[in-house]
Amino acid sequence: MQLGRVIGTVVATVKTPGLEGVKFLIVQPLDRHQEPKGRPVVAADGVHMAGPDELVYIVGSREAAQAMPNTFVPVDHAIVGIVDEVAP
Amino acid sequence: MKVGTVVGTVVSTISSPVFDGRKLLLCDLIDPDGTPEGEYLIAVDVVGAGVGETVLILDEGNSARQIVGLDTAPIRAVVVGIVDEIAIGD
Repeated sequence: MQLGRVIGTVVATVKTPGLEGVKFLIVQPLDRHQEPKGRPVVAADGVHMAGPDELVYIVGSREAAQAMPNTFVPVDHAIVGIVDEVAP
Repeated sequence: MKVGTVVGTVVSTISSPVFDGRKLLLCDLIDPDGTPEGEYLIAVDVVGAGVGETVLILDEGNSARQIVGLDTAPIRAVVVGIVDEIAIGD
């Protein structure tokens, strides 16, 4: 899993079956000092509560779809938690 | 598997239910000689590792799901061991 910052939302009316009701957010991946690293990704919101500017952690690849209500869906990045703090 | 150093704990109240009650560790990945690679992972702890320790990290989803015992868990990285020593060569 990696840290990320929510920087935007994606609205798509026409979606593949199984993705109805799934919210998509644009997430900028961060390094461990919480600085931007790499290109932003579109991630499904697996916690249904993430919003703009929030620090989150995301999971990629096959495991992303496991965060969805229907786990056999074409999702390759998902937000699986909202970060309160990173404690040393 | 990968070797890393635990550098912090990720605190999260709102998360996928499988993370409830589980500790998330922020781990810098390191070379076998201890040099940071510049990459990191957030991994679920199942061995009781803490900050400063060198750990063995599994980064593969199917194995991770077996370890947490839930075949729908959106988990990929798990801290599965605490490293005592790494010896290279003789």
